Amino acid sequence: MTNTTKPILSIRNLTVALPVKIERANAVQNLTFDVRPKEILCVVGESGSGKSITSLATMGLLASSLRVTGGEIEFDGRDVLTLDQAEHNALRGDRMAMIFQEPMTALNPAYTVGDQIAEVFRVHRDYDGDERRKRTLKLLEEVRLPDPERLYNSYPHQLSGGQRQRIMIAMALALDPKLLIADEPTTALDVTTQKQILHLLKQLNANHDAGIMFITHDFSVVAEIADRVVVMRHGQIVEQGTAQEVLSNPQHPYTRALIDAVPRRAQDRDHVVSEHPVVIDVQNLNKTFHTAGSMFKKSRTVSAVKNISFQVRRGETLGIVGESGSGKTTLVRCLMRLIDPDSGAINISGVDFASQTSAALRQHRKDIQIVFQDPYGSLNPRRTIGSQLIQGAINFGVSREEAWDRVYKLLEIVQMPKYSVHRYPSQFSGGQRQRLCIARALVVNPKVLIADEAVSALDVSIQREVLKLINDIRDRLGLTVIFITHDLRVAAQICDEVLVMKHGEVVERGGVGRIFTAPEHDYTKALIAAQPGQDWEIPMMAEFAPQAAARKVGTL
Amino acid sequence: MLAFLLKRLSMAVLVALTVSSLTFSLNFLSGDPAIALGGESATEADLQTIRETYGYDKPIPVQYINWLTRAVQGDLGQSHYLNQPVSEEIFQRLPTTMALGLCALVFALALSIPLGVLAAIRPNSLLDRFALTIAVVGQAMPSFWFGLTMMLWFAINWRILPVSGSDSWKHFVMPSIALGYYITPGVMRLTRAGMLEVLRSDYIRTARAKGVSKFSLLFKHALRNAIIPVVSLAAVQFGFMLGGSIVIETIFAINGLGFLAWESIQRADLPMMQAIVLVLSFFYIALTFFADVLNAWLDPRIRIG
Repeated sequence: MTNTTKPILSIRNLTVALPVKIERANAVQNLTFDVRPKEILCVVGESGSGKSITSLATMGLLASSLRVTGGEIEFDGRDVLTLDQAEHNALRGDRMAMIFQEPMTALNPAYTVGDQIAEVFRVHRDYDGDERRKRTLKLLEEVRLPDPERLYNSYPHQLSGGQRQRIMIAMALALDPKLLIADEPTTALDVTTQKQILHLLKQLNANHDAGIMFITHDFSVVAEIADRVVVMRHGQIVEQGTAQEVLSNPQHPYTRALIDAVPRRAQDRDHVVSEHPVVIDVQNLNKTFHTAGSMFKKSRTVSAVKNISFQVRRGETLGIVGESGSGKTTLVRCLMRLIDPDSGAINISGVDFASQTSAALRQHRKDIQIVFQDPYGSLNPRRTIGSQLIQGAINFGVSREEAWDRVYKLLEIVQMPKYSVHRYPSQFSGGQRQRLCIARALVVNPKVLIADEAVSALDVSIQREVLKLINDIRDRLGLTVIFITHDLRVAAQICDEVLVMKHGEVVERGGVGRIFTAPEHDYTKALIAAQPGQDWEIPMMAEFAPQAAARKVGTL
Repeated sequence: MLAFLLKRLSMAVLVALTVSSLTFSLNFLSGDPAIALGGESATEADLQTIRETYGYDKPIPVQYINWLTRAVQGDLGQSHYLNQPVSEEIFQRLPTTMALGLCALVFALALSIPLGVLAAIRPNSLLDRFALTIAVVGQAMPSFWFGLTMMLWFAINWRILPVSGSDSWKHFVMPSIALGYYITPGVMRLTRAGMLEVLRSDYIRTARAKGVSKFSLLFKHALRNAIIPVVSLAAVQFGFMLGGSIVIETIFAINGLGFLAWESIQRADLPMMQAIVLVLSFFYIALTFFADVLNAWLDPRIRIG
């Protein structure tokens, strides 16, 4: 679009060395691209592609262990790599600004958000206190935060993630920077909040002259906001061009693979009721949390699960979709009896999970197993994979030899090499760890597998592989799967039926095809409308997820 | 904030009551307090007189209530040895001990917090090693031995400081250092660990992205967050220091509460010891309360739930 304007940032042959040769010598190598005023340039890549390191190098915030070994970063006519700390400090927050991924931890908990924004003025301008306050209030208004006067005096912990991210944006825009770097600014947010923030950024882009360098791993977001796109892999640029070119006609095989891995919208397929027996039967489940009151604080009651009923048949995958705080995790914890429900019945393959004592329940616990979101935190770093895998089986009275047999068989199923058993979790990547977590869940021959945001922390290409694996395992072992996610697109790929939850209630339930093509509840509609990249016709369709009824259900 | 204060205050009162009942029960450590008072040669009639004089013949709860009522009014009992109200003696000696404790605390904080911060800015540097050495030595060396060593060099060999006594500020230099050094290692290590953690946090990166100067980054953004656990620790350590003052005051012959405690132990002056324990515990409770208030001021997450 504005190809003729002079770039505000031009990176030329940038090379940043990694401290020791871990996988490769350089974090980024020979990188060259421009950011022009008023444009949104998306830098896309998976974890480890060097996209964050590029932005930190521009800001002068690189960790001291990383060294720039070559190239230039020319910002507004000067090579920022030649600036000393004080000169760089003068630029930062004034003419170049940055928004980070994690709004929950990016603000100082000890100061009011108003003071934190006003600090930008104090550092870079000679405004007096009144002027700083006036300008801060104006910024709060510009990022569309309600009641700026009250918000000025709020502390970060009193605000939601979306509000905090708006504060970050206000802070970044305070002095009308020429370059705004946004490092995955919406990744940690709910989809409806993400939509608002993306919308806000687009609007601000229209009113300000800043060039925006937007770092993301999500091609749907790219489709939503990018003018131009740079695709990075292993610290190198594999493709760059206008958004139109890259999104509709990707040239490099890696870009093609990435775009191909983007979860697609559900196809118009009907949910056929299968004939298999019901494995999970939940009736009128309720769970309420009370926070204890005291002399000075009123007690609070939150209904996390309100009167929920559903059934899942063998071989089916039920998706539970909802934003943070919708009660999906509480529902699953009740289901597994990790917490006690207040009322209601849970029947899992003929066993009453709601009212039995934990002791009586113990031997049935193997029937229902779970895979968690964070593959880094859910394996014990000090024990070998093998000892962690056989433990479950041994706990339920299986002999060591048989447990090892099962482990080897499962490693084959999750496509991990046999020697994995002798290694420690730190020696595996996130995707590999998630495969191992799945194997660990399966080692006790469960009837139900719960995946609690099991792919949310993974890169899209790996996400796709793990989804496919869960799908295959379900068919091969005749499992029933409950798949919890905040991401409708992911649910569309793997689920037969979907429950949409909001504030502890199921607002809508139906087959995946119907939910996506003809949502009935306003909340479901809002969720679907909030998906980024709606208008993007994703090239090269590839599909999996056959229908439950048509599937042959096997046994182990 | 007010709700928080009231809540903490009521807890402090509860703790104080518990401590007072424990202190009261010291009376019965040796069985019948009348026998302990009268000695082996006392006749049954003597014991009876003692019981009536001191009220030991009443039921224990009544004794406790009476004792507590008097204590609240400032009457902590009668010293068996000095034959005068213990409160007089205690409140005469208390300022000396307070002065010593405060000097020691100031010394300890002035040494440990800057060293902790510097060590955190340059982890594994020479400075960090130096700070670590100070910590290890402080932890390993008994304070009485450190006090005696200082006395040997500064007072006897070089004669720049008085050996003992509590007449001028010079008399307080060595005891304050000896007493304060004892709590330095813990405070310093905690400051270092806290700063290291905070300096790695996302909000420090945000502050750097705003162009905040290094000084403001360290002292405005980082230290305020890193110091919160240190405040709690320092309050607890100050309490330990009051206990430690028994040894240090004895060595340096400082006429304070610690010295009085030591004297009273020697004289088996039970009411005096009881009163000292009570007074020191109350200081401890007050300190913890003060630390809580300070932390609430530092951290809005505590203040505004």
